[in-house]
Amino acid sequence: MTTPLPGEDVAKRIGEHLPDAVTDFDETAVFIRDQDVLDVARFLKEAPGLEFDYVTSITAVDYREHFEVVYHLTSIKNNHSIVLKTRCHQRDNPRVPSVVSLWQGADFQEREVYDLMGIAFDGHPNLKRMFLWQGFPGYPLRKDHQSGV
Amino acid sequence: MFKTEPIMINFGPQHPSTHGVFRMRITFDGERILDLEPVFGYLHRGIEKLGESKTYAQIVPYTDRLDYLASMTNNHAYVLAVEKLAGVKVPERAEYLRVIMAELMRIASHLMTVGFLLNEMGAFMTPLLYMWREREKILDLFEMVCGQRLTYNYMRVGGVSQDIPDEFMPALRRFIDEMPGFIDEYEQLLAENEILLARTKGVGILPPEKAINCSISGPVLRASGVKWDIRRADPYSIYHRFDFEIPTCQNGDAYDRYRMRILEMRQSVRIIEQAMAETPDGEIRTKVPAMLRPPKGEAYGHIEGPKGELGFYLVSDGSPNPYRFHIRAPALINLTMFRDLCIGNLLADALIILGSIDICMGEVDR
Amino acid sequence: MERPYDSNELDAAEGAEIEALRQACKEPYPDPVQWLDEDIERSVLVSSVDYIIDWGRRFSLWPVNCGLACCAFEMIGLAASRFDISRFGMELFRASPRQADLMLVAGTLTWKMAPALKRIYDQMPEPKWVVAMGSCAISGGPFRDSYSVVNGVNLILPVDVYIPGCPPRPEALMHGLILLHRKIGKETFLKKR
Repeated sequence: MTTPLPGEDVAKRIGEHLPDAVTDFDETAVFIRDQDVLDVARFLKEAPGLEFDYVTSITAVDYREHFEVVYHLTSIKNNHSIVLKTRCHQRDNPRVPSVVSLWQGADFQEREVYDLMGIAFDGHPNLKRMFLWQGFPGYPLRKDHQSGV
Repeated sequence: MFKTEPIMINFGPQHPSTHGVFRMRITFDGERILDLEPVFGYLHRGIEKLGESKTYAQIVPYTDRLDYLASMTNNHAYVLAVEKLAGVKVPERAEYLRVIMAELMRIASHLMTVGFLLNEMGAFMTPLLYMWREREKILDLFEMVCGQRLTYNYMRVGGVSQDIPDEFMPALRRFIDEMPGFIDEYEQLLAENEILLARTKGVGILPPEKAINCSISGPVLRASGVKWDIRRADPYSIYHRFDFEIPTCQNGDAYDRYRMRILEMRQSVRIIEQAMAETPDGEIRTKVPAMLRPPKGEAYGHIEGPKGELGFYLVSDGSPNPYRFHIRAPALINLTMFRDLCIGNLLADALIILGSIDICMGEVDR
Repeated sequence: MERPYDSNELDAAEGAEIEALRQACKEPYPDPVQWLDEDIERSVLVSSVDYIIDWGRRFSLWPVNCGLACCAFEMIGLAASRFDISRFGMELFRASPRQADLMLVAGTLTWKMAPALKRIYDQMPEPKWVVAMGSCAISGGPFRDSYSVVNGVNLILPVDVYIPGCPPRPEALMHGLILLHRKIGKETFLKKR
């Protein structure tokens, strides 16, 4: 059974290593500051007992006032999982550090978030539109997108 | 004396071997691949955005059209996610029926994978037509249950939509009795075949650490030696009650990826036999309101589909429509290391690697 | 490694082509059936030369491989041994449009794919026919409200036969093809289509 680790425990462990990174936590997820994503991810990947070596899914949700980038991480070695979330409050140019250097599986998923939601990932080797074509107006998955059919 | 230049060839969206509308821009030096750039989006239909304007029950037919070769498992993953979100319990009979349908679907999907892989190797239609014969029998079983051959829309939040007719179980029994014989026939014709061995042994070797780092899942991951199957690692539905193995292979080349599918078909037959023997009578669906309003929150439900880990991430704000509907597509993520595997190989090998990863554009592009 | 092409330039050119096609194709093409009614009004039998040419054409239609999405698998099911399209002489799905005369559009057409489809149609030599298979090809189907789906192939190409279904069974596709055969059988060689 893949145990979903409680947010509180993981938040405490991250807090010991990187004191200001965690902004909030709940039963399943840990909220961190957007500029600390790469450092927290590196810690989660390498820390003994955590060792999250597999990124299951990266996606983003538009909550109108802010964007939330959601990372589902799994550890195949220890068979546990955690949800990592980060909030971007700038609507005009949201930017989050990319985790491709740690997990190559994040490559296409971050490009998809950029294409459909408009959140740019700093450090991504090939950040360009994937599903839609260059010149497509806007970012369709945002809540304020008018689909021009 | 001679000067050579690399050349770019466009492996267009319309091509008989690209498993749908998949495009690659390949840079060659002669026949050797120097660089490969996959281009997606030719079947991007905006299912995630469409889902935000439909009710939870109306999204089930859209999930059929994702990986259209494995519609039952897509339905299963989605209804699992909604049931997790809304806290709905499923009756026993429905769980058994779901498992039978999902495993039959797995067999049908793997038959197609092997058939099309062999198509690309040059055995023009013969193995494909042999495997299509079995797939037609499975499609007949599905038609008996829900009336459709390709996009079933069979599972519902809280159960399944219809009970099986009386002639289903005897027909399933006949199919299960003869299926191992057919798998033996395929093994006999294919496993020691010289051309198959020459074209797939040592092609596209994927080491296990790279596979985990690239978020690969499904038979491709197990062919590299990593024993990770969601049905065992994080059991959903009633899979913990069945006795089946998780086969793995050592080398991680295209031959092992092909062999995995044959081995998994045998395990699926085992699961169906056990499920058939134990299916209880009873209700097939828990009563759930048509305009289901799950409590505010989110859920991630995932299953082991024939192509890998298919997951649905749903965020609910209390209204009948999901606030966010995201699909974790295994076929897209399994393509992450496609470029790295192909560089240095010949063009013909690139097609074999693509066929052994097994993509379905409906899922890659959504 | 240094690529011999600039990926951004190619993507930008493709994007411009797609947007241009999207702006240009807002009205559907008229279905090529006007000559059918005129024929019935004249009520004369097709001449013997026409009869032989039409007979040859309709029983050796070679489809071009244009399966885009789920309907493609019912199309392949028709080509497989149970439903057997080979009895109509159509089992050769040509990969190259230069050697084909029937385009079976099976599956959802998106705006990104539309220029490629139009190019394939333009590359087919005359006489050629188009069959729209499945509800996505007829009108956009379940994805009609989407931001990237073409609401029907007839916005881009003239369509001869529409086959409804989601996906249509192989027997339904066969029925549609037999209707197309009948339509071809009524054509006269000398008149411009």
